[in-house]
Amino acid sequence: MTPALSCHGLRRSFGALRAVDDVDLTVEAGARHALIGPNGAGKSTVFRLLSGRMRPDAGTVRLADRDVTRLSEVARCRLGMSQTLQHTSLFASLTAAETVALAVRRHGPTGGGARIEPWPRRHPAVDARCAELLADVGLADVAARPVPALSHGERKQLEVALALACAPTVLMLDEPAAGMSPAESARLLALLDGLPREVTVLFVEHDLDLVFDLADRVTVLHLGRVLLSGTPDEVRASDAVREAYLGTGRREELFTS
Amino acid sequence: MTDVSQQAEVPDNVVGGTASVTDPGRRRSPLTIAVVVVVVLVLAAAPLFLAPFATTTLTRLLVFGLLAVSLDLLVGVTGLPSLGHAAYFGAGAYAAGWVSVHVTAAIPVPLLVGAVVGGVAAAATGWVAVRSAGVYFLMLTLAIGEVLAQLAQSWDSVTGGANGLSGIPAARLGGEPLVNAGYLYWYVLVVGLVAFALVWLLARSPFGAALRGIRDNEPRMRAIGYPTVVHKYAAFVAAGTVAGAAGSLLAAQQRLVTPSDLGFTTAALVLLAVVIGGAGTLWGPVVGAAVVILVRDALGPGLGGHGELLLGIVFVLVVYLLPRGAAGLAGLRPFRRRRP
Amino acid sequence: MTGWVAANLISVLNGLAIGALLFVLAVGLSLVFGMMDVLNLAHGALFVVGAYLAAALTGGGASWGAFLGALGLAAVIGLLGGGLLSVMTEPLRRRSHLDQALLTLGVALIVAELLQIVFGDDPLAVPAPPGLDGSTSVFGAAYPTYRLVLIGVGAVLAVGVWLLVERTTLGALVRATVADRDMVAAIGVDNRRVKITVFALGSLLATVAGVLGGPVYGASVGLDSTVLILALVVVVIGGLGSVRGALVGALVIGQIESLGRALLPDLASFVLFGALALVLIVRPRGLFGGRSGATA
Repeated sequence: MTPALSCHGLRRSFGALRAVDDVDLTVEAGARHALIGPNGAGKSTVFRLLSGRMRPDAGTVRLADRDVTRLSEVARCRLGMSQTLQHTSLFASLTAAETVALAVRRHGPTGGGARIEPWPRRHPAVDARCAELLADVGLADVAARPVPALSHGERKQLEVALALACAPTVLMLDEPAAGMSPAESARLLALLDGLPREVTVLFVEHDLDLVFDLADRVTVLHLGRVLLSGTPDEVRASDAVREAYLGTGRREELFTS
Repeated sequence: MTDVSQQAEVPDNVVGGTASVTDPGRRRSPLTIAVVVVVVLVLAAAPLFLAPFATTTLTRLLVFGLLAVSLDLLVGVTGLPSLGHAAYFGAGAYAAGWVSVHVTAAIPVPLLVGAVVGGVAAAATGWVAVRSAGVYFLMLTLAIGEVLAQLAQSWDSVTGGANGLSGIPAARLGGEPLVNAGYLYWYVLVVGLVAFALVWLLARSPFGAALRGIRDNEPRMRAIGYPTVVHKYAAFVAAGTVAGAAGSLLAAQQRLVTPSDLGFTTAALVLLAVVIGGAGTLWGPVVGAAVVILVRDALGPGLGGHGELLLGIVFVLVVYLLPRGAAGLAGLRPFRRRRP
Repeated sequence: MTGWVAANLISVLNGLAIGALLFVLAVGLSLVFGMMDVLNLAHGALFVVGAYLAAALTGGGASWGAFLGALGLAAVIGLLGGGLLSVMTEPLRRRSHLDQALLTLGVALIVAELLQIVFGDDPLAVPAPPGLDGSTSVFGAAYPTYRLVLIGVGAVLAVGVWLLVERTTLGALVRATVADRDMVAAIGVDNRRVKITVFALGSLLATVAGVLGGPVYGASVGLDSTVLILALVVVVIGGLGSVRGALVGALVIGQIESLGRALLPDLASFVLFGALALVLIVRPRGLFGGRSGATA
């Protein structure tokens, strides 16, 4: 079976620093695949290279059976790749519902998203889909609230709703639970768990409890390279992973906190 | 921002509320409708009780107001501050004037020609500008505008060079020339209202919502699959088309088009009108345009023709004191770029 | 080739003279923009202040005293004006780029109108200093001596600015600020002092360029927007914050302005815009633009 998303020989340097060095990654269709690693392991860079926000120096990215290395972020999104960003990045003048509606119109039930529609028109199907998505992430009550008035956790939830509104085949989440309360985090877990298996999920996460609750596959990055790729149990049992985390983790805490 | 729909006592005509989807409880308050009806009626009746000179000033004000509305589509709705927008205004004015002189002055021919030429000029030059962002966009539009102004100055055979295109006949409606100031005013008013309504609808459409998304956060719009450059280009051409239509009204009103009509000063003044009035509200820039025209044409003569000095001072004061423009004073919050 | 150069020698020399002047004008604009993201739309107005100053002081007859006096006075006014502009844009630091640009646009309108009120609508001529007002034979062609001197002065100033930016502590700070403003702030350098200094020096160059350009362009209403556009095009082509870019951009635009107008008089505006468009398509950040970022 063709993997939903894969990359081969991915490389990206910033000056002398090789942030991503020869990374191969295969995300099987329907997988719940976690990308973990200590700070500075290159997770976010890999993420950006996969989503098309950043261009690799070398290597290829394939979405299903299609080489998308040369395609823009916009084109990849149209082909079914959708993402949330680590730092919430939304629209300051829109309400939660308007935000989701932007993506629903582009990808949703009206199907006319590629067209420019320069006159107002009611699309009950769009309204219904927005309401459904907002209810799914637990934002039904604040649908009419402007984004700046939402709490941090609510914005993270809105990010997820926005990404799901793009009708993805591959959903990519960059630290979706960062800054969420335990209740919000649990709801997110339930939501992701309840997604249909046609949606493949690739996520970067620091919260290892969430990782081991959700993921059926884990790839560990360390210093820009793949340290290990395996089932959660294999990763938990690996000495190399423990060393990477503990060996550098202690020192990094000094820097990051 | 505050939820506009909850402020029933305030006219809720800030563009950018929502299109259909998202805010089902949103209704026009009767007061808003009443205000709009009264404003339109007063504007329509104005020539009946104004002197011809005042009517002519009001006509010019409407022309400039429509130009300001078209610029607000770029500045306020899409977040693209253009310093070259007068170029498309001027292109439309020259085209409408040329057609009136050489082909026909029968309405709606000069109007349509002006709009099309404004749009084509925007389409021909805008693709360089929309690929850039922020201050680069400001610089590029400034350069484009100046190049077109120089073209107007040097293309003698068509534009009349530095002297301008003169001898434009009065616009004709059903064979009758509109020489009466009142009739001309009504022509300008009708075109202006229709064009304003079209821009208004566009700003509330799904396309308008996408433009506001681009203004707020262009990278995120790309991440959810919008080809933002295409959208910005479409907005640029639409704004150029409306500016061209406004230009054709200028040609009908002044009966003369000069290079200064598309020069840097005009571009700066119309941007000032948008900023004074409050970018992103569409109606605010019309008020701003009124202020600018009144200061320049009504107070200017009293200052020895240096109304622009006063406008420069207004400019500086507005930037410091009224970051949201006059619409900000009215308690309406146009949607400016903010971090959530 | 040599025949072509000989035939167009005057135009090429004119282009060099314009280029020298444009460099002096544009380098300040470029550094202020590249460092602080402030687009100073009053830069053209500063140039015209210099030009009118030269016209006023040399109005009673050309003399070295008047010309040098105009240069000195223009330098002082430029320093003060730049410092003032820097202070005025400071409260807008947290606001959008547009607000800062609009502020300088308002200042530009005020300055232009004030000059018009004081000096009237008619263009004023600025005579070249005695001894430079004649012409010199260059390969058999008579050429205004002043413009040759202007090319030399431009070259000297270019070297001076280059040394200042590349070889001094201030220059190192400027380059570091262009490259990474936050980093410079983080190591404890007061951004505002650097900004005021660069703003003042950049404005000084603009007013001095106005005096130097006086004998070529004179002083007239509307000159401010003309030179502002040219300087902006130079900066965009060369790349923001790059001294080398400003120099190359100025020389290119100088030739386009001069040779282009001589060879293709009707198309000169389009050639200018075409060059701009071409550079931006091939190198969106300008020929020597840095800070391309990870997303380029």
